[in-house]
Order: sequence, then structure tokens, then C-alpha cells
Amino acid sequence: MHIMEGFLPPAHALGWAAVSVPFLAWGLRSMGHSLQAHPERRMLLGVAAAFAFLLSALKLPSVTGSCSHPTGVGLGALLFGPAAMVPVGFVVLLFQALLLAHGGLTTLGANVFSMAIVGPFVSYGVFRAAATLGAHRSLAVFLAACLGDLATYVTTSAQLALAFPDAVGGFETSFLKFAGIFALTQVPIAISEGLLTVLVVNAMARFNAHELRALPVMALRPREGA
Amino acid sequence: MKARSWLLWAAIVLLSVLPLCLTSTPPGADLFGGSDDRARQAIGTIAPHYRPWFAPVFEPASSEIASLLFALQAAIGAGVIGYWLGLSVARERARKHDASERDRRAD
Repeated sequence: MHIMEGFLPPAHALGWAAVSVPFLAWGLRSMGHSLQAHPERRMLLGVAAAFAFLLSALKLPSVTGSCSHPTGVGLGALLFGPAAMVPVGFVVLLFQALLLAHGGLTTLGANVFSMAIVGPFVSYGVFRAAATLGAHRSLAVFLAACLGDLATYVTTSAQLALAFPDAVGGFETSFLKFAGIFALTQVPIAISEGLLTVLVVNAMARFNAHELRALPVMALRPREGA
Repeated sequence: MKARSWLLWAAIVLLSVLPLCLTSTPPGADLFGGSDDRARQAIGTIAPHYRPWFAPVFEPASSEIASLLFALQAAIGAGVIGYWLGLSVARERARKHDASERDRRAD
């Protein structure tokens, strides 16, 4: 999903960075508060960060014949709130930009916006909506992680379409083209991420019930018989 | 692990493996390259005169080195998750052990 180094015009690069910085500050504050109030959750935050690190390193093949990777930020968003995942996503993206030439420093703002802001916030919103509608926990977690992942790639497509509108069809044509590359490729990968997130949340519900008792994700009833 | 967990794992593996079998080579494109590269090609057709204005500060010397670094990233993540899982399983076991000890003494 990463927009490559130098592939956003300077004005766009600066604009996305300006949008992302306040979220990053908010995320750091929110993470600090959360850990101060619940120091016992430190390890689980580490697990959520590790999940993002692991998943965003795995480039999986998809039906479009190209490869892409899941983001792994949905899990942390469900557990600690979407803002807490902004710094985590930022660190992952910085690591990849500096060491892997994957993404880039000039496109870091745009990539943070899609992966570390839109992804977690969509995940969290979907989760809340599913919970309100009475979905059981596994379904709510699956939808949240899966749609959050997809939203990241739709955002990347929109960012590129804004920077490179088609000469004839404008933003729309360009967006469809980039979405065909990113979002379509992402569909099976997003489903995988959703399933994997369900597995991890189930494990946490079993092993960390005490640390997680106050979290909204644990308040949902698990599937009958599960 | 419960049957349902195994089913979920199987679905994840299938979702990753099936594309490898089902996809045929699209004309003029390398199969299973990164979607980032496809996007770069698309930018090339939409804005042929665009030149990237910044180059990565550090580029892995080869694709082998790049895969080393990706594997390192995955290993760090998997290591932390493995530590947590191991600790959790041991903690649960110890808790059960303590509970049964207490029951034994109470008898």
C-alpha cells in the first residue's frame, strides 16, 4: 500500500504530513494515558504492535497476480482505541521507509494517514457499529479488521488519484485505476487479516481476561458454543 | 486448539495459496510482483513526465538483502507474540496447578 519515495508531488507530501502530525501527537498522548491508567496492559500493547510489525512484513499473493501485505493495525485499534495505533503504524512505516526502501520519507505522511489513521479509525467504527447491532464478538472483530485493512488501500488509491488525476477522466478514472491495483488485490488479504485478528482476540480473551476486562471488545458475547 | 480455530487457520492458508494456483500470467506484467510496482507503472501511463523528486535514503543492496530485512521485521513481531503466547499458556497451567493443589489440601 505504500506510496513510493518521491512519488507524491511536494505539495501533496507536505499536505498529508500536516494532516497526520496532529493525529500522531494525539495517539502518543492517548497511549501514554492508557498505559498510566492500566500498566498491566503494557504487554498486550506490545503484542498489538508486534502483530502490526509481523503482518505488514508479509507480502501475500492475491488473485490479481500481484502481492500486497496486510496492515495488522485493526487489532490494536479494537483493544486500545484507534488513536493508540497511530504511533505504532508510524514506527512500522518509518522502519520500512528507512531500511527497506518500501514507502518513503517524503510519502510518510500520506502512508501514515492511510495505514495508521484511516485503517484503525475505520476498524474501530465498524466494530462499534457491529457491536451496536448485536453482532457476536468474532463477527464484529472480523468485519472491523477486514474493512479497516481494505479502507487503507482505498485511501491509498484516492491519494494517488488526487496527485495524478487522469488527463481525460480526472480523479474518478484515476481512482478506479489505482483501486483496481490496490483495493482489488487487497480483498483476499483483508479477509485473511480479519480471520487472523479473530484468532488473536480469541486467544487474548482466553489468556488475558483479567487485563482486558474493562475493554469494550471483551464486553461482547462470544459466539454460542465457542 | 478448538476445531473452529483450525478451520480459521485452514481458511487463511487457502486464501494465500489459492491465488498462486488460480492466477494466470497477465500479458506484459511480471506475475506476483508488488502492487506498489504496478502503481508506479500506472503513474507512468497517467503522468508520463512525472519524475520522482526524492530517492530512498538507503536501498537494500539486492532483493536477497531486502527479503532478509523483511524476514527480520516479521521475526521481531513473531518473537514478541510467541513470548506472550508462551507466557500465557504457562501462566494458565500454573493457575490450574495451584487450584488443584488447593483442592487437594482442602480435602
